[in-house]
Amino acid sequence: MEAQTHSDDAAGVSLTTLDDATLVVQLSGAWRLQKSAAAVTPVLNALERSHVRTVRFDAKALSSWDSSVLMFLTKVTERCRQQDIVTEREGLPDGIRRLLELAEIVPEQEGAKPTTDRQSFLAQVGTTSTGFYISLSEMVRFLGEVTLAFVKLVRMRARYRTADLFLIIQECGPQALPIVTLISFLVGVIMAFVGAVQLRQFGAQLYVADLVGIAVVRDMGAMMTGIIMAGRTGAAFAAKLGTMKVTQEIDALITLGFSPLEFLVLPRMIALCLMMPLLCLYSDLMGILGGAAVGLWMLDLSWTTYYHQTVNAISLTAMFGGVFKSVTYGVLIALSGCLRGIQCGGSAAAVGEAATSAVVTSIVFIVAACGALSVIFYIIGV
Amino acid sequence: MKSESANEIAAEAQITVRNLTLAYGSFVLMRDLNFTVKRGDVFIIMGGSGCGKSTLLRNMIGLIEPTEGEIFYDQANFTRADAEARRSFFRRFGVLYQSGGLWSSLTLAENVALPLEEYTDLSPVEIREIAFFKLALVGLNGFEDYYPSQISGGMQKRLGLARAIALDPEVLFFDEPSAGLDPISSRRLDDLILALRDSMGATVVAVTHELPSIFAIGNNSIFLDAESQTAIASGDPKELLAHSRNAKVREFLTRGEGRPDE
Repeated sequence: MEAQTHSDDAAGVSLTTLDDATLVVQLSGAWRLQKSAAAVTPVLNALERSHVRTVRFDAKALSSWDSSVLMFLTKVTERCRQQDIVTEREGLPDGIRRLLELAEIVPEQEGAKPTTDRQSFLAQVGTTSTGFYISLSEMVRFLGEVTLAFVKLVRMRARYRTADLFLIIQECGPQALPIVTLISFLVGVIMAFVGAVQLRQFGAQLYVADLVGIAVVRDMGAMMTGIIMAGRTGAAFAAKLGTMKVTQEIDALITLGFSPLEFLVLPRMIALCLMMPLLCLYSDLMGILGGAAVGLWMLDLSWTTYYHQTVNAISLTAMFGGVFKSVTYGVLIALSGCLRGIQCGGSAAAVGEAATSAVVTSIVFIVAACGALSVIFYIIGV
Repeated sequence: MKSESANEIAAEAQITVRNLTLAYGSFVLMRDLNFTVKRGDVFIIMGGSGCGKSTLLRNMIGLIEPTEGEIFYDQANFTRADAEARRSFFRRFGVLYQSGGLWSSLTLAENVALPLEEYTDLSPVEIREIAFFKLALVGLNGFEDYYPSQISGGMQKRLGLARAIALDPEVLFFDEPSAGLDPISSRRLDDLILALRDSMGATVVAVTHELPSIFAIGNNSIFLDAESQTAIASGDPKELLAHSRNAKVREFLTRGEGRPDE
């Protein structure tokens, strides 16, 4: 009973019933993984229909083979096992026999499959909520540890490398200047432009200087620097510490008796606390220059007029408020970046998640802190 | 060592390396390496730490461009091949990296399936079946939906092997296959490599300095020496152990016991 015939080089299967109980499966041609394998379905159907007790494989006409033959044989063997049919592999090349045995040698691990129960909606809400609670308590714990490290720092007992500190200062200070310049100047220009269009309607274009000056010095300078640094430095902190966690560098520090909090987190926090106010003042200046650019070229104000108007508008207290906010943002960025880095899991994907989460956490904290501080400043009348 | 006449490449040679110089900038590791690997060989690259074994391997698989010299696979020039031709070479390679190089964001089955998705026209179902089969070959059945970070170091090595053999490669490259494994796991990995080599007929090129592995799997080798910046011995490692007159080679293969002055 010839079921199928094939030309020499194409992969082919033909079925012959030897006597009533034996089915001979003849493989022929070149079996290549590239194309879809010769259909196993006819063979399985033949097994289904007949009362075969033995399946014999014959590979005399097989010219070359790879995994595609193995896949075919595995499927047939699997079906035979289900129907208690004996398989005879003597007709197969040695290599194929060995590989099939190799694949069967280790039984499937019982209970190894990860449990993928689909949770109900309520359960998911519950899991997420407890997860949130746990992450909150981790955050508080981390805050406590950092505070203790700071106490050590004040008593001059904290151990970290000064060279590291200067390197981090360089990375998050001077090297951030170009991006801070660009963003702050442009934000100044945009604010002045939007203000100018409105104020010009009733001839009050001079007050663009007040608008830009107050907004930038009080809030926008610190806010812009904060968000730039969250994206630039907070993410870098998280990625760096996360990678150190993955490569067990942090473990090596711990077993040598260094506290990662002192060795890694403290210098980053100090660096940001030192650099944020400077960057904030620089950003204030750039924002005002951006406003001045609009004032000069669009509103035809003179340098001196714009300068005096700005100086009259902004107060030292307002500037101090902005600088204070920037330091707060610096602490928050360093905290979120380092926390997410230290919490990082053990894979490349986890480092990516840590960096993302660090930026999101920093920005949420910055905006929340900005609101809270503005309210406090209002109450105490600054 | 035996070097070939300049313009002729032996027909039975699967890999031919000619006048290869390995260097980082002006720092030269090895000069004028010439050797051939025959089809079905298990070729060991030996030598002390830092002599350029891994660099040689990285040159052979195209991760680093050779400073000088050329590499041929089946008489086809790999070094001078353009990007498109490179792909057809890569299709025939399987590489097991020193630290695994496993894609941590993919499950075990997906790790094995990715090369198949890229290089074959099979349906997703067929690819998944093949991936499961390859994992079963290395004894990882049941772990298909785990992530590489959730399995042990020995299992990660075996996963690396399963991924290396996903495309039924003609040449398998191993960079320190048994590093970091206990002796029994290491032995099992050697057996697995040999079984796969025998049944698939692949050529194996392995960088290793694990003596048991060298003798267990190797039937041809090259010995790189950092001091003289060249290969100082080649041939079957067991033959080298028995007959090599070179003191350095003997010292290496006997873990320092063959030192002439002892």
